[in-house]
Amino acid sequence: MVVKTTDSLARSKFTAHHLQQFISKVLWYVTLTALGFIFSLPFFWMVSSSLKIEADVWLYPPKWIPNPVLWENYPKALTLMNFPRLLANTLFLVTVGTFGVVLSSSWIAYGFARFRFRGRDAVFVILLSTMMLPGQVTMVPLYILYKQLGWLNTYLPLLVPAYFGGAFYIFLLRQFMATIPTELDDAAKIDGCGYIGIWWRIILPLIKPALATVTVFSVIYGWNDFLWPLIILNDSELFNLSLGLATFRGLYSTQWNYLMAASVVVLTPCLILYFVAQRFIVEGITLTGLKG
Amino acid sequence: MGLIGIRAAKIPSQIAFKRRSRLVNREAFWGWFFIAPWIIGFMVFTLGPMVASLWLSLTDYELITPPRWIGLKNYINLFTADRLFRLSLYNTTYYVLFSVPLGIIFAFALSLLLNVKLSGMNFFRTVFYLPSVTSGVAVSLLWIWLFNPQFGLINYLLRSIGLPTPGWLVDPKWAKPAFILMSLWGVGSTAVIFLAGLQGVPRGLYEAAEIDGASHWQRFWHITVPMMTPVIFFNLIMGMIGSFQVFTQSYIMTSGGPQDATLFYVLYLFRQGFALLRMGYAAAMAWILFIIILILTLIQLRLADRWVYYEGDMAKR
Repeated sequence: MVVKTTDSLARSKFTAHHLQQFISKVLWYVTLTALGFIFSLPFFWMVSSSLKIEADVWLYPPKWIPNPVLWENYPKALTLMNFPRLLANTLFLVTVGTFGVVLSSSWIAYGFARFRFRGRDAVFVILLSTMMLPGQVTMVPLYILYKQLGWLNTYLPLLVPAYFGGAFYIFLLRQFMATIPTELDDAAKIDGCGYIGIWWRIILPLIKPALATVTVFSVIYGWNDFLWPLIILNDSELFNLSLGLATFRGLYSTQWNYLMAASVVVLTPCLILYFVAQRFIVEGITLTGLKG
Repeated sequence: MGLIGIRAAKIPSQIAFKRRSRLVNREAFWGWFFIAPWIIGFMVFTLGPMVASLWLSLTDYELITPPRWIGLKNYINLFTADRLFRLSLYNTTYYVLFSVPLGIIFAFALSLLLNVKLSGMNFFRTVFYLPSVTSGVAVSLLWIWLFNPQFGLINYLLRSIGLPTPGWLVDPKWAKPAFILMSLWGVGSTAVIFLAGLQGVPRGLYEAAEIDGASHWQRFWHITVPMMTPVIFFNLIMGMIGSFQVFTQSYIMTSGGPQDATLFYVLYLFRQGFALLRMGYAAAMAWILFIIILILTLIQLRLADRWVYYEGDMAKR
């Protein structure tokens, strides 16, 4: 917000203008810190509650720092909720689903980005408009379809659709591909490379940041997915972490220290992934958010 | 493409035409070949189910017996006889009406705060974005506890500054506001989109306005806001579509209670379809939701002409 004055003026001496700049800077930090504090308070509270003895959870006024610190809440909560099983299920679903959606979306995006043919733009508009379609419209018939295919209580309904691309990801990848010069494709063509070869050897390596963005979005989405697993899966041996956590709440609804410990564990991988891939996520949103 | 053009120019025109059209055909073939998976997926997982859902919505189907054609009866029942349908529609509208505009204003303000070159800004951006990464069941559990009337953190803070302490999730009057408050905690992703938009506003405009003696407020109101209208519009549409589909929070936190105050539309649809197995009825509900969202989106697109500013438009005139 503060507009920089020319260098010569800035170097001359400390003026009223500098003072004003300094004060506005301080105010900015104070506001950000206060808001940031409010924003992170729920997380802090979650971790703090997860380490308390049960009686301290119900203490009023609340105890901010747990004393004693009960690290054993974590292994206890995880055993109670059958964590290894849920984690393995979730990892399987997320890995296979993400692999499918990234592979197919980049394949489809290549078709939209690099070939000119009649009807392409119309199809692309339909693809974009499916993003506005509430999923509930297709929920009931899809459930019936999966039931008739005998897919209920299996992972197929949660995985197979991913292999036909995701509209949002196709859009994002197409935008990225459009920035790559077509001369590269032409050069590869002269060298005798087919279209599939170009997609695999030229395009995919060049859009790695976009692929990373899509991967991160897909992993976070899959990790938190709740409604479809809730509809499809009955057998608790097949549950993902979201479903497992919801069930865990039903069973231990009074033991908030355990509930919070389990929640922290479910959240943490997403947080770690976010920290690692932060640059890509922000880049991806930046690209998609601009000028539709 | 350029290469094909160069080659074609070097051979006699007749052959060139044939060659060109063959190349165009080949290009079309490969284009369809690559987008084919999406088209198949769209037919099987979107278009087919949509048609099926429209048909199902005109039937009575409870999975055990074959669907029975009943015409518009589901729709008539919904609008005339089903109190909970109307209530869930009211609850959802209430939620959308407050959470979307408040969310947009809040996210915009936040993005303005974050759009300054100060050291440590990346840290703050991360802090505000984190809640959006962690949506879902775990966060819903956390908020049940934060909203606890006696032992929750929110009422503790309110009490300590001398404000009244609502019952939140157990009080029908306060349950919806509780959900709205919680949704504001997750505005980070909207703020990031605003932030991206803000960085696209040409600096030159501000400099020119400054030379003309425009104040901070004038610069904000006459440059930032108009330049940001496309992003505001985008967030408005996406926020509306998303908020109409609110589900996980109410399923986990209140199961629709107290006194059905948080029985949101999709939760009620879920109950009708997957708890009561009234598939035809649920399909009709889905179509009503679709039509509501479609109409609201079209109205907004129409209204957008009046207030959304696109840079390209100026050049055209």
